[in-house]
Amino acid sequence: MKYIDEFRDGALAADIARAIAAAVEPERTYRFMEFCGGHTHAIARYGLPDLLPANVRMIHGPGCPVCVLPIGRIDMAIELALEHHAIVCTYADTLRVPASGGLTLLRARAQGGDIRMVYSVDDALRTAREHPDREVVFFAIGFETTTPPTAVALLQAAAEDLANFSVLCCHVLTPAAIAAILDAPAREAPTGVPLDGFVGPAHVSTVIGSDPYAAFAGAYRKPVVIAGFEPLDVMQAILMLVRQVNSGRAEVENEFTRAVTPAGNRKAQQLMDQVFELRPSFEWRGLGEIPRSALRIRERYARFDAERRYPLAYRTIADNRACECGPILRGLKRPIDCKLFGSVCTPETPMGSCMVSSEGACAAHYTYGRHKDTVEGAA
Amino acid sequence: MSRQVKPGYARALDIRRGRVDLSHGGGGRAMVQLIRELFARHLGNAYLEQGNDGTVLPPLPGRLVVTTDSHVVSPLFFPGGDIGCLAVHGTVNDLAVMGARPLWLTAGFILEEGFPLADLDRIAASMARACREAGVQLVAGDTKVVERGKGDGVFITTSGIGVVAESCTLSGAAARPGDAVLLSGTLGDHGMAIMSQRENLGFDTPIHSDTAALNGLTALMMQHADGAIRLMRDPTRGGLAATLNEIADQSGVGVLLDETMIPLRPEVEAACELLGLDPLNVANEGKLVAVCDAALAPTLVQRMRTHPLGREAARIGTVIADSHHFVQMQTRLGGRRMVDWLSGEQLPRIC
Ligand code: SF4
Repeated sequence: MKYIDEFRDGALAADIARAIAAAVEPERTYRFMEFCGGHTHAIARYGLPDLLPANVRMIHGPGCPVCVLPIGRIDMAIELALEHHAIVCTYADTLRVPASGGLTLLRARAQGGDIRMVYSVDDALRTAREHPDREVVFFAIGFETTTPPTAVALLQAAAEDLANFSVLCCHVLTPAAIAAILDAPAREAPTGVPLDGFVGPAHVSTVIGSDPYAAFAGAYRKPVVIAGFEPLDVMQAILMLVRQVNSGRAEVENEFTRAVTPAGNRKAQQLMDQVFELRPSFEWRGLGEIPRSALRIRERYARFDAERRYPLAYRTIADNRACECGPILRGLKRPIDCKLFGSVCTPETPMGSCMVSSEGACAAHYTYGRHKDTVEGAA
Repeated sequence: MSRQVKPGYARALDIRRGRVDLSHGGGGRAMVQLIRELFARHLGNAYLEQGNDGTVLPPLPGRLVVTTDSHVVSPLFFPGGDIGCLAVHGTVNDLAVMGARPLWLTAGFILEEGFPLADLDRIAASMARACREAGVQLVAGDTKVVERGKGDGVFITTSGIGVVAESCTLSGAAARPGDAVLLSGTLGDHGMAIMSQRENLGFDTPIHSDTAALNGLTALMMQHADGAIRLMRDPTRGGLAATLNEIADQSGVGVLLDETMIPLRPEVEAACELLGLDPLNVANEGKLVAVCDAALAPTLVQRMRTHPLGREAARIGTVIADSHHFVQMQTRLGGRRMVDWLSGEQLPRIC
């Protein structure tokens, strides 16, 4: 048991909270987006909004890999299992995401699909080695953190000539999504996107470095502070953002210097570049089509590309029309502004992307914060 | 399990190298041999030796409490326990937290063809040890065998009978605003012991399951504070979060926890962190939650700490009035958040 540490955490958090309260200008509103699902989780899990002044609002961004995965891509994974009888290896979080026709990967498994939960792409490679008579497909999702391991696995498969292994590549890129949020269509945000700065991703930035965010500080004039995943990191980053806003600066600052460098992990970047290339466009659940926002497997490794190996057709499937995920992901609305929130749409029966994983904006609010929507909670 | 059956089998059961086959569930001699030479050797007692289709039990003073529970844990053997003792503890604890004195258990075994008799022997021995320690007896049993591939080694269903005093009023609906919420020890040990053993999870931590019979601890608590204890529960599947939400719903109240008071082993916390799990949602098999009159809480906690299974007991929260029946927690950083039921299965985050 660690009562002492806990106390210290709490005392330090209180110190930073006091510094934030002293720094904010009362007539101003500060709207910061934490891009990453990991930050969303830390904020909700530790109740950080309670430590912030009322005029500092945190907006949950789209950095939750499961949430932004479009339904059509899950349909493809299900098709691979049910119609092409492949063993589909996937991370656990994707299993419950609703696909078309009332299916999920979990339900497809109950219908006889051989769908296996893995903790890493290595498990998928091992499955392929153990079942040379079966086709094995790895359903690869995630941002720049999970991409390098997939690249390594593809190189390994090529080296071993693992003929029964392939990857359904759905890897997406963080900077492209931030740009898409800031470029919101005028019909959605006639007066511009009301964001005053970003808490930049932790793990993603260890790979891509802090340099790729320079454009957001430059062209868009939005401060970015890269932060670690500990709640105190997030608090410190918020303080740094407040100070930037107050002094009219828009810079990329790095709170997470213990892990993030300006250039990032060159080795990982080079591996990604060797195996993947940019897709012209990719659909994001909640954000729509975003140009140059995702990766596909290069021609050279085409035989390990499930999209080339099987006759798979991608179909766009729209979310419920009342779903407000798009405006929520852009900071224009809050989860409780959605008519479906908490009634039709709950973590058990998600209607839109933000409710799908615990890191999604609506799910985090539902699971950790909905006491604030009640009379007692507001008191 | 009849004494009248003559041993028609010539050779003793080969417990070291033998395996379960379909004849062991067929009702013939092989089944009788399995029961005699394996189960009865560990678990035999005068009740089992009655050898009839049902066991006749003596009358009891007080009211009867009955419960049943199926056990399908995988892996069957894990640090700190196995499916055998777990099947005993689970049912004993369900009776104990009702304020009852557990007396008798029954056990149904579903065995998979090909299961090693040596493993079954270990499981039976472990059940026997757990029964002895908890002071209960196995009074009836059944064995069935399913074809290879139709089971997962062994499934065990246990039912239990206990007796509770007429005066006992423990009920999930009895919590009132102002009451104290107590927890008997560290959270999440069982769930994380199992998770760390799952085959495709490549970490090796010294986390031991907390599986244990709680009837000694509950007896001590009842003896000390009967009347002031509103209810007790064992937070198994779904963890503390599910148990407190059940209590809040049943009693029509809210709960406010203080995160800094919740005992947690550093290795369990680290493993949860790694897998993206919340220890409040992870299963326990040897812990209890009690709601009691706040005035009595300090002495009851002191008393619990004198018992080996309550050494880390603590008051972790308070029952509050809340028309939404929410469970909330003051976090270690000072903010407040909801503690909700888990949606779906608890699975790790990926990034
Ligand atoms: S509550 Fe559900 S439907 Fe509404 S915006 Fe959130 S995810 Fe979409």
